[in-house]
Amino acid sequence: MMRWWKQFQQRIFRSVHSIGEVAYLWFDTLRYGFKRPYEFKSLLHQMEEIGVRSLPIVLISSFFVGMVMAIQVAYSEANFAGRVMVGIGVGVAITREFGPLLTALLVGGRISAGMTSVIGSMRVTEQVDAIRLLGASPAKKLVFPRIFAALLMLPLLTAVADFVGVFGGLVVSLVDIKMTFMTYIYQVQRAVSLTDFFGGIFKAVIFGFFIALIGCYNGLKVEGGAEGVGKATTRSVVASSVCVMISDYFLTKLLIIL
Amino acid sequence: MAIFAFFDEVHKRFDGEDVLRGLTLHIRKGEALIILGGSGTGKTVILKHIVGLLSPDKGRVYVNERDITGYDENQLLTVRRKVGFLFQNSALFDSMSVFDNVAYPLREHTRLLESEIEQKVKEKLKLVGLEGTDWMMPDKLSGGMRKRVALARAIILEPEALLYDEPTTGLDPITTRWVNVLMRNLHERLHITSVVVTHNIQSAMSVADRIAFLYRGRIKFVGTPEEIKECGDHIVQEFLKS
Repeated sequence: MMRWWKQFQQRIFRSVHSIGEVAYLWFDTLRYGFKRPYEFKSLLHQMEEIGVRSLPIVLISSFFVGMVMAIQVAYSEANFAGRVMVGIGVGVAITREFGPLLTALLVGGRISAGMTSVIGSMRVTEQVDAIRLLGASPAKKLVFPRIFAALLMLPLLTAVADFVGVFGGLVVSLVDIKMTFMTYIYQVQRAVSLTDFFGGIFKAVIFGFFIALIGCYNGLKVEGGAEGVGKATTRSVVASSVCVMISDYFLTKLLIIL
Repeated sequence: MAIFAFFDEVHKRFDGEDVLRGLTLHIRKGEALIILGGSGTGKTVILKHIVGLLSPDKGRVYVNERDITGYDENQLLTVRRKVGFLFQNSALFDSMSVFDNVAYPLREHTRLLESEIEQKVKEKLKLVGLEGTDWMMPDKLSGGMRKRVALARAIILEPEALLYDEPTTGLDPITTRWVNVLMRNLHERLHITSVVVTHNIQSAMSVADRIAFLYRGRIKFVGTPEEIKECGDHIVQEFLKS
């Protein structure tokens, strides 16, 4: 019992310690990130890495989620009402929830794993130490471009996911449910407000921040060679996904209150 | 003689294991000091203390007569600008070409024009025998070439001291000899302090002004290459004969 209690205490201590370190990393990123020489090239590279290279998975997955949503709404128990409300159901669900959440989970898994493995490999090959020795801060060189690229690209990808998801719903509505184009668009327009859309975008900004910060932090904490990189990468994917899910609940609550 | 670095009773422990156990060592300005010792005895740990990549659990480290033991990253910048460091695995940035790797410290620390940076980079690459490789990426270089690029990067800011972490590990005998000659030449041409950690006796004998023998976290012997050959300590002799 005592042993169990001690292990539990150690775990809590380690978690609190990690949260403190993550906060300190963010503080360092802000402190050094805006100092010369600016990291524009690196920022652009990360925007391409996070944004452009994630586009195919966002397009494919959001298109199919939109189609599935449309089928689910159309063929729900209240068949008639379901068919009538496809545009409303798809529009609201995609813009408020599935657009940002799906993008964060899919892209987040990809980018947090990528960030951890790249930075982790740099750490085990002493490149991170070299950055420090050559007078720069790893927070500025490695973390700043990644976090700001994620802050910019996640909302853009979410906006794309919203439109493609709604388009996926439209395809099902036209082909399967035989709804007219104008009816579907009218329903989406009536149901989805700008607040819904920007609420989802706001969520994406927060998700992007957490995903990038967790990915970079785990990369910088890698120890023990290739095996350490692998473990840290797994930890990043799990932590960023859990963080997205938990923060989604609180953000949804916050947006409803506001 | 002025002192470049001084370790005063330094202790360092990793994962419950003592690596440095009250190490005391003076490194003189302008000398080529070789820290000799077996693998895993804490040689690299000594180098990392000089540039503040590690800090002692107990004891003090002085560099250029300043106690750097409690320095933060900003304060350490003043020390690091004056010290070049050659990492064991070269630590070249994978995503940058040879040119950008060598130019990196200049872009970070100076406001030189690109044309001036280009001139300095080419000069240093020539010094290490790597003219015409500027455009190459690190993954296309051999082990010896990577070391030399890392060396060019380490000397680009014209440091007062150069620290070499196992510079000949993983190199063939001919390249090893070449690197030894290069280290000695740079030491003499640049008039700098050189600190080399190695377990390679040939390197130690050909590069050193003095050799410090590290054993179980302490310096067991310090002296010239001739003195170490005559040293009566059986552990030192056993290592030399091995």
